[in-house]
Amino acid sequence: MSHPLRGRTAIVGLGLAGLGAAPGFSAMELLGLSVRAALDDAGMRLADIDAVFAATSSHAFASMSVVEYLGLRPRYFDSTNVGGSSFEMHLLQATLALEAGLCDAALICYGSNQRTAGGRLVSMSEPQWHEVPYGPRHPITAYALAAARHIHQYGTSREMLADVAVAARQWANLNPDAFARGPLTREDVLAARMVSDPLTTADCCLVTDGAAACILVRAERAKDVAKPPAYFLGAAGANWHRSIQAMPDLTVTAASESGPRAFAMAGVAREDVDLLMLYDAFTINTILFLEDLGFCPKGEGGRFVQGGRIAPGGGLAVNTNGGGLSCVHPGMYGMFLIAEAVTQIRREAGARQLARADVALLHGNGGTLSSQVTAFLGSEATL
Amino acid sequence: MDEAAGPQRAYEEFLRAGRFMIQRARRTGEYVFYPRTLSPSGEVDLDWVEASGLGTVYAITVNRRRDGAVNVALVDLDEGPRMMTTIAGVETVPIGTRVKARVEAGETPRVVFDPVEEPR
Repeated sequence: MSHPLRGRTAIVGLGLAGLGAAPGFSAMELLGLSVRAALDDAGMRLADIDAVFAATSSHAFASMSVVEYLGLRPRYFDSTNVGGSSFEMHLLQATLALEAGLCDAALICYGSNQRTAGGRLVSMSEPQWHEVPYGPRHPITAYALAAARHIHQYGTSREMLADVAVAARQWANLNPDAFARGPLTREDVLAARMVSDPLTTADCCLVTDGAAACILVRAERAKDVAKPPAYFLGAAGANWHRSIQAMPDLTVTAASESGPRAFAMAGVAREDVDLLMLYDAFTINTILFLEDLGFCPKGEGGRFVQGGRIAPGGGLAVNTNGGGLSCVHPGMYGMFLIAEAVTQIRREAGARQLARADVALLHGNGGTLSSQVTAFLGSEATL
Repeated sequence: MDEAAGPQRAYEEFLRAGRFMIQRARRTGEYVFYPRTLSPSGEVDLDWVEASGLGTVYAITVNRRRDGAVNVALVDLDEGPRMMTTIAGVETVPIGTRVKARVEAGETPRVVFDPVEEPR
């Protein structure tokens, strides 16, 4: 029997703004533009929105700030902030609120001017007192520790990490909206400046500007919208730690828990998945999530990505927009996982369009491999 | 020592006195680090005990800053808990290296580790 939430809501509007560099714009200004684009895409008015879900890297009370900026008086609102995975969690929470009849049209949105505001990872994230004396430079220190442990335990190599970055770039080269385009070889990644062993600048995500918004309604209403709806099939979160010191095993993320629960809710099997959108803040992420979501055995992720396996034309379509590594990464990237999944499901992805794009897995990551949220979106064919 | 203070303050005061102390639950014997008011199994009767100081490097990275390279390591204490630290006096060491703690004095005293040779 299928889960009662499966297919009950759908994304009917998607808007993007300021991808890459948007000099002179604030985070909220970009967010506002993406909301306008999402409303136009859905053929809806601002006044139709009666629920707001928001998290940003620069607003302590994100939904309050969004409500005011847009001039809304929502019936339901939520500022759950679990880092980059917030928006996959918002898909689940918006679905719950819509199904409970607490609202009729839910806006999920994000905006950041991280690149032009200074070009460094700015964060509201508070330092962990027991880590401070050692000067970790999070997030990269945490991810470098995880990569170092994976290399030690499973024989993963820097070349394998590099292949993740190369595959992402090859997808980005098919995406006119991607920020980092052009040739990138394994040798380029290995020769890039070492930032935190074993990760070089080319193993790290971009620092860009960007905003994205989507509008979620109950499925029966989605049928009235011009563009093909992207149906919510399921979602689940898992969270085991906050600081990297407390992660039980640096080679096993809580995606190993969120994944099976999300698969069960969505009622899909691994072989049904046409697209994987995996939160690639660093090259090690893609390897860890391929393993923890069951697409290869634990420890084999590095060998799995070799030979162009996840690049265009490979056996598994991963991060077809170019990912956080080569497309866009404005502080939190979770909204952009949703954006690419919707674009593929609508068959609007141009040169990178997948032959079959009915089931998309979105995996959001927040903190230092901390919050893990897996979600599924599907075309009408999946209902 | 301010016995009435919370565990974070107490830990930091022990460090100022040159002592590396960790918590142990009286009933279950489990060791707790970082110091907190309840153990992961929910115990609140936690005693301060001297850490053996011996541990093993679980993971390590070198933070290559413009002003120099500094390693950041996770060390598994022989008592069980893991902590963030740095391995002193070296750029890096292999994962699995045995290390021994010492309290490094300073404005903010901290526990650092040195590699040790010990018979296997």
